[in-house]
Amino acid sequence: MPDPQSTFEIEPSTAANFLAGLRSALTSVFFLVLAGTYVGMGALAHDFGFAPWWLAISSILVWAAPAQVILISALGTGASLFEAALAVTLSAIRLFPMVVALMPLLRGPKTRTRDLLLPAHFTAVSMWVESLRLLPGMPHQRRIPFCNGLSVGYMGTAVVFGFVGYYLAAGLPVLLAATLLFLTPMSFLISTANNARMMVDRLAFVLGLVLGPAFAYFAIGLDLMWTGLVGGTLAYLVHRFREAMQ
Amino acid sequence: MNPVLTELWPYLVLILAGYLPNEVWRLFGLMMARGLNEDSEIVVWSRAVATALLAGVVAKLILFSSGELAGVALQVRVGAAACALAVFFMARRSVFAGVLTGEVALLAGAYFFPV
Repeated sequence: MPDPQSTFEIEPSTAANFLAGLRSALTSVFFLVLAGTYVGMGALAHDFGFAPWWLAISSILVWAAPAQVILISALGTGASLFEAALAVTLSAIRLFPMVVALMPLLRGPKTRTRDLLLPAHFTAVSMWVESLRLLPGMPHQRRIPFCNGLSVGYMGTAVVFGFVGYYLAAGLPVLLAATLLFLTPMSFLISTANNARMMVDRLAFVLGLVLGPAFAYFAIGLDLMWTGLVGGTLAYLVHRFREAMQ
Repeated sequence: MNPVLTELWPYLVLILAGYLPNEVWRLFGLMMARGLNEDSEIVVWSRAVATALLAGVVAKLILFSSGELAGVALQVRVGAAACALAVFFMARRSVFAGVLTGEVALLAGAYFFPV
């Protein structure tokens, strides 16, 4: 049974860690990236005739920029519900290995699975990249509240700038809209390169850059899933082989 | 359709075509991660798979762009991404410098080399 003294001490520190995560979100480069991306998303939602609140709710529930772009443009161009759902789920496969890699970092000795429900929902590239970078240097009891604060900061940024983009949409020049759309691949590219410090991740990164377009070019079904499985597994096997040689 | 349903229909579509097909992968991940610790080999492998997949997403977004970005020449998009990576490594791994370079290069390229 925990003594009352220690429970009393844990409470303020949970809030402090949450706030530290929130602060980290608002001062990171992803704040600017998300602001720009969701200004573009707001303009897109406006152009396809969605309501601003619909976009805000989609940012909270879907919380994945590529899936949201697909959903808005698919539904906006008259795709059926099934076609849109299929395109979204194919784009979301990446979330599976991301969650598998992140959850063990968050789980401490006393963590219950329900404590991980929120961080699992919050998992998206921005939060994943920053969590993998920052959490390993942090004591276990700080990690979940920090991660939740970080995610709320990012999600709040997305929702607010979605509204901004929605109401700016009419005045958004074409070239600026293209530049905002380019923020998603640029931030994914640079932050993934930044986090790939170990040989296994660097190799996986390079293999993914090559295999992704190759599989798509040859119209192989589920190209992104195969990119991840083949590229990641090859990189992992090379890593195991090198370890065995040493 | 009755008026209430007409009003709520876009939100129902959002849940059925957006939220559920997206969220299912996060829930699978959560189930799969039960009992794994941060040093386990499956976690190293998952990170490699996620990294390769993300790199694949990036390459596809740049090479097969949609929306307004498709109006920018392929060479400009690829060139801007290469500039971004080069500056990122030269600027001692500054993510900010890398992303900013990519954006400026795209803007400049699209302006000087219109399709």
